[in-house]
Order: sequence, then C-alpha cells, then structure tokens
Amino acid sequence: MAENKDFEPNIVAFLCNWCSYAGADLAGTSRITYPSNVRVIRVMCSGRVNPLFVMNALQQGADGVLISGCHPGDCHYMHGNYYARRRFNLMRNFLEYLGVEPERVRMSWVSASEGAKWKEVIEEVSEGIKKVGPMDQFKRRQLNW
Amino acid sequence: MNGKPRIGVYVCHCGTNIAGTVDVEEVVKFAETLPDVTVARNYSYMCSDPGQALIVDDIEKAGLNRVVVASCSPRMHEPTFRKTLLSGGLNPYFLEMANIREQCSWVHPDPIAATEKAKRLVEAAVVKSRRLEPLDAKEVDVEPSCLIIGAGIAGIQSALDIADAGFKVYLVEKEPSVGGHMIQLDKTFPTLDCSACIMTPKMVDVANHPNIELMTYSQVEEIGGYIGNFDIKVRKKSRFVDIDKCTGCGICAEECRMAGRFPNEFDENMGMRGAIYMPFPQAVPAKYTIDKESCLFLTKGKCGESPKCKDACQAGAVNFDLEDEIVEFKVGTIIVATGYDVFDARLKPEYAYGVYDNVLTALEFERLVNASGPTGGKVTMIERGKKKKKKGAEEEAPKVPESITFIQCVGSRDKSVGNEYCSRVCCMYTAKLAHLVKDKVGHDCEVTVFYMDVRAFGKGFEEFYDRVRREGVKYIRGNPSEIYKKGDKLIVKAEDTLTSTPLEHETDMVVLSVGLVPRRDNREIIDLLKLSQTSDLFYMEAHPKLRPVDTASDGVYLAGVCQGPKDIPDAVAQAKGAASAAMIPMASGKVKVEAQTSFVNEDTCRGCGFCVELCPYTAIELVEVNRMGWPVKVARVNEALCKGCGACAAACLSGSIQQRSFKDWQLLPQIEALGVK
Repeated sequence: MAENKDFEPNIVAFLCNWCSYAGADLAGTSRITYPSNVRVIRVMCSGRVNPLFVMNALQQGADGVLISGCHPGDCHYMHGNYYARRRFNLMRNFLEYLGVEPERVRMSWVSASEGAKWKEVIEEVSEGIKKVGPMDQFKRRQLNW
Repeated sequence: MNGKPRIGVYVCHCGTNIAGTVDVEEVVKFAETLPDVTVARNYSYMCSDPGQALIVDDIEKAGLNRVVVASCSPRMHEPTFRKTLLSGGLNPYFLEMANIREQCSWVHPDPIAATEKAKRLVEAAVVKSRRLEPLDAKEVDVEPSCLIIGAGIAGIQSALDIADAGFKVYLVEKEPSVGGHMIQLDKTFPTLDCSACIMTPKMVDVANHPNIELMTYSQVEEIGGYIGNFDIKVRKKSRFVDIDKCTGCGICAEECRMAGRFPNEFDENMGMRGAIYMPFPQAVPAKYTIDKESCLFLTKGKCGESPKCKDACQAGAVNFDLEDEIVEFKVGTIIVATGYDVFDARLKPEYAYGVYDNVLTALEFERLVNASGPTGGKVTMIERGKKKKKKGAEEEAPKVPESITFIQCVGSRDKSVGNEYCSRVCCMYTAKLAHLVKDKVGHDCEVTVFYMDVRAFGKGFEEFYDRVRREGVKYIRGNPSEIYKKGDKLIVKAEDTLTSTPLEHETDMVVLSVGLVPRRDNREIIDLLKLSQTSDLFYMEAHPKLRPVDTASDGVYLAGVCQGPKDIPDAVAQAKGAASAAMIPMASGKVKVEAQTSFVNEDTCRGCGFCVELCPYTAIELVEVNRMGWPVKVARVNEALCKGCGACAAACLSGSIQQRSFKDWQLLPQIEALGVK
C-alpha cells in the first residue's frame, strides 16, 4: 500500500465510561491537544464492544478502530476489560484472514487520571494507522473485464 | 410519545470554551440538515436556567420527543439535562449528548478541524437519538446501615455522625485497637492540643454507642451487591483471648515468656512488647491480643509446662482454641477511611535511615516525645538493638541530644521516588516537633530545620511557624544531599540556597519529615470495591471539585487521607462530609438503580448460556419457558442485579440479549456516522 504523506486516518474509538472516557475528558480539562481525527463512542464498558462494531466501522470507511478500557484489574464491572482483550485478540486473527491489516484495530488501557496517556495513545495509534494507509479493502472495486 | 422522532439539537457556546474554537452557527446549520431534526439552536450556556428553559419550551411548543445537547461531557451534565427533559414532560432517557468541549474544542485548537469534528459528533448523537427508547429507572429500598472501613479519626468521626443520626454503623478496623495514626501523635499542630486527650473520648464513644457495632482486629473479605443493598462478609481474626472475659488487667502480658522481645508496631517498633499485648494503654477495646506469629505456644506448640499467660489469667479469657469468625451482614452504604502509610525513608539512601541509629522518621520521633511512648516522653539518644542489661546491673542514664536536625520533604515533592505531591502536613508537624524539643529537651537543645519551602497555609499555621522561629528554631533553606558520621556526630551536608553557601552541619540526631503515601495494602480495597486511583495512587473521588467524598461507585464514599494527604481538621471535615453523603440515600430510604440494564428477547434466545457465564454479577439465569408447546431454556435478566455493563450483549450469538440505550441497533448508526469519510 502506497504511503500517502497527506493521508489523515479516520479513527473510531470505543471508550468505556469509567476509565478511558473519563481520561479523555481529563485530557480536555487539562487542555492537552491531540489530533482531531479520533471520534469517540461512549459505551459503559469495553466489554460491551461487539466485534461486529469494529467490522462495521471499518466497513463504513474508518481507517482504524481503537478500543480503550480500564487497566487490567481495575474494570468498574470486575472483568469486562478482560473480555474485551480476549475478543480483541481473536478479532485480529480474523481480520488477518479477511485481508485487513490487524494493525488497524488497536486496544489500550487508559485510566481516569491518565489524560496525558490518552494523547500518547492517540498519537501512537494515529501514526501506526498512517503507516498502514487508507482502508479500502471493503470498498467495491470496479471490475476490470 | 413515540412515533416519528422530532429532534431538538442544542449547541452550547459554554461562553468561549466551545464557541471560541468551534463555529457553533455552522454546527447548527449542519444539524438542521440532519434527518428528523425539528429545531436546532445555539445558546451561550445551555446548562443555565434560560438554557434549560429553551429546551422545555421547545418540547412543549415544537412537540420535540428527542433532545440532543452538544456541550460538555455527559459525565458532567447528563443528569442536569435528564432532569430538564423530565420537567418538559419527556422521558429522561430521550436525551443524547455530544461531547464537543472536553473531547473537541479544548483539545483541538484548529477551528476548522474542531468544527468538522463537532459536526460529526452532533450527527452521531442525532442518529442515535432517533432510536432511543423511554426507560424506567427502578427504585430499590436502602438498608439503613453503613459499613465504615478503618477506625482512625476519619472513620471514627463518620461513624459517630451516622450513628448519632440514628442509623446502624458497622465499623471495621484491621488493628487490635481503634485510633489509627492520630492516637500515635503527641500534640497536634498548631494549637498543641494533646492528641490522645481529644481522641480517646471519641474512641470510647464508638465502642459504647448503641448504634455502632465495632469490629476490631477484623478485615472485610467480600463485598457484593449495589447501593442500598451491599452484602458484606467480615473476618474477625482470632485474638486467642475471649474479649467478653478479658478485663484488660495486663497480668498475662507481664507473665508472657516472650515479654519485651518483639518490637511494638504501635510505637513504630521503638518500644517492645510480648506475644500477648495491648498496643497502647488507652487502646479501645482495652483487651489483650495474642500475636500468633510470635506466640511460643502457637508457633512451637509448647510454652514451658503450660502457657504462662493462660495460667495467670484469673478471668480465664485466654483460649488457644478460639478461631477466626466470619460475620455476614447487609448495609446500604459504605465509607472507606483506610488512611495512609508514612513514606519508607529507606528509599532515600543518602539519608542513611536504618544505617545510623539516630536518624529517625518523624513518626518514630513522635513516639519518642510521647508520654505513653517507649521512653515515657524523654527524648534520648537511640541505641537500636541494644541488649537488655542483666537485672541488677546499673542502667547508664541515656544521653540527651544536644542538637536535633529536621529534614523536610522526605518522600514528598520528589520525582525521584515517584511522589510529586506535597504531603501537606510535614511543614507543620515539623514546626510542632521543633517546638516540643524546645519545650521538653530544653531551650539549649539546638534545633535546625532544612526545608524547600514552608507551606503554612491553614488556620493559625503561619502564626505558629512564626512562634517556633521566635523560640530559636533555625530554618535553613536547602535540601540536604547526604548524611554521614564523623566521630559521635552526624554530619548533614547541604547548601543554604538563600546564601549559596555549602555547609556541613553537625548534629546529634536527625529527624526525617517523611511524607504520607497510599497504604501499601490499598490494593485490597480496590479489589473489593473497584475504586479508581489518581496518579498519586490515592483513591480517586468522583469529581475533584464537586464530589470530593463520592466515588464512581454509587453508595461508596471516601473519608480522610485514603483520598489524598490532609491534616486532622481536613480529615474530620471530609469524614463529616462522607457521613452526610452516605446519609442521603439512607434517610430517603429509596434509591434509583441503573435503568440501562440488559434484557433478553426470549423469542430468539437459544439458551446457550454464554451470557450466564459471562455476567460478573450473576444477574442472568436460564429459565424454562414454553415456546409453541415445547419447553425450551432461555436466558433471563434479574434487573435488580444487572449493573448495565453490556458484556452479555457483546457476546450473544443471536443478538437476543441487548443493553438498553446501548443496543446494537442504537450504536450502529452512531458508528456509521463517525466511520464514514
């Protein structure tokens, strides 16, 4: 895939309400700036993220998906983040099978006090997906008879 | 109320917080083009009265049945706008918020990018709102009782307030006595009240209060349930002394073969105790405890002919067959008041704590000046590990130090040990201890304080600091780099940063003003209650300004230093705050529980039971239903137990179990709106 210097990836992020969403809010309160290409969907727990959501986001044209929850052991719902992690690992295999770069889907732990880490995560994810390039695997291709 | 959605979109300026970056007019124009949007407006402060009136008015006049507010984080104002909808006669769950402040205008300085993102977020909220459904928040009864973990000054104050108001309190303390760190102190700053004098009446009160069930030497083992209905399991560790029979006479401790052989934790290991002991004379309850780690009989199975303590006890209280007891009960609310540990001075090896006998921590020195301490309140030079002289041999009178040096900020404001914060009490307790030296050792004892800044911010603090300096305590600004020994003396190497003079200060004794750190066992409470921590690892409050005693878990509150360093008056104030916060649900007797719970479509559920295994709260069970004449198993959610995490909804193979307000069907359009380029 050709690397395009001007390419700004579009990233859909699923954040749990208690840690990562609060962490992203804290980044705001602390006025920590980061790229604007991340759009957040709030769920109560990262364990709510159905792999279907990730596939759907990629299908709609998102270049990358981020799932972020509480640190291991800190889940507000005891172990939802472990479920998320397990699903995430299986999903990466599945993405590879479909011919989608597994690097497009990322997972992170950001706690409610880690506003600065949220910025780091976004920058890292954004850079990573830039390297992979635009998502066009799911686009209908013009058949060339 | 249902039928075709009529959506109102409200874009908040938040003064210039949002409007300074995001072009709100453009967002409104964009919102008008979205499906089912009936009205779209912008207003300077949506959360203000006129802002909310705008929404109520539109609900009535324009017949809105969905509301989208694009403003701050829903974690901030979702409850506010839910109430607005309610006062407009709309089900509060027809609200959707777009976070265009914390996650947009405040973090993306470029107006074009920020406006573009704001539009997307509004679009996502609008498309989700079209599929929202009315929900009913169920009410449950609140058990009129409170569990308080930790019986230091904070826990004791909360317990007394709640008990006085007429609610039942279970006060659980890990140590054999209540009192916490405050009872270890000699005097309190800046008023020089005797700590024990103001503390012991409260300690006795918690033991005698008819509404307080005090459990010392006990630990909370399990916490289940939710606000109003927590199920608690406490382990009462065995003291091997029948607490009902023990009179606290102390003959057993005198008789113990191991008497005076073990360091007493209460005296910061400065004094000695036996295997059977009472940590300090004013302990509440005034009962003896056998430490099973140090008791000969319990470790070796043999203590001479027979255990001397048992033989000596006239009340027959010593009983080696006693076992741990498990107590279970229900409470409506929980207050965590677990306190702190002091910084481990060994982590600053340059101060040679643990190497030289006369380098002490401030808490050790506190025991040394305390009349009930190991030296009876006499400040003397320390010889650690000194063998006891044989009986009859004449005791040499211990030497009195001629000069004492304090070093402040040991383990506070110090990135090298990972503690960036100020511990808030060390400046003042150092001033107090310096005063006590002048008072008790005598004015000739030279007292020097090395400091970075003196933070005398509280009521009466600056005046006290002034007084101490007038008493002849020398303050030198500078952070010592090393302590070493030269002959009999300790040398503190430092630089006076006000005059840029390097100095080697000679002294007899060094006291390290150690900071406050989160308890080393605070993981135990986190595992029980799922508390969050701030970056300093103290427990995190629900909001740093507006909800300083609440936690993210409903019905769980914080009091005292477990939430962050504070002095006694602040800890008491927070304890009273936590008590009053806990009394709100208990006094009203009812509380609303999570409405965004999961539910099962029993027609399509195939009864595989995945969700049953996943649910962290065992809220789902398989039940048998009749499906067209055939008995089949389907999952069913107990909504009182469901906390609305949605883990089941993500796992269901047939999409039969869904979380209200977070259904696949509601989230997918949101994903579409944000995913599309």
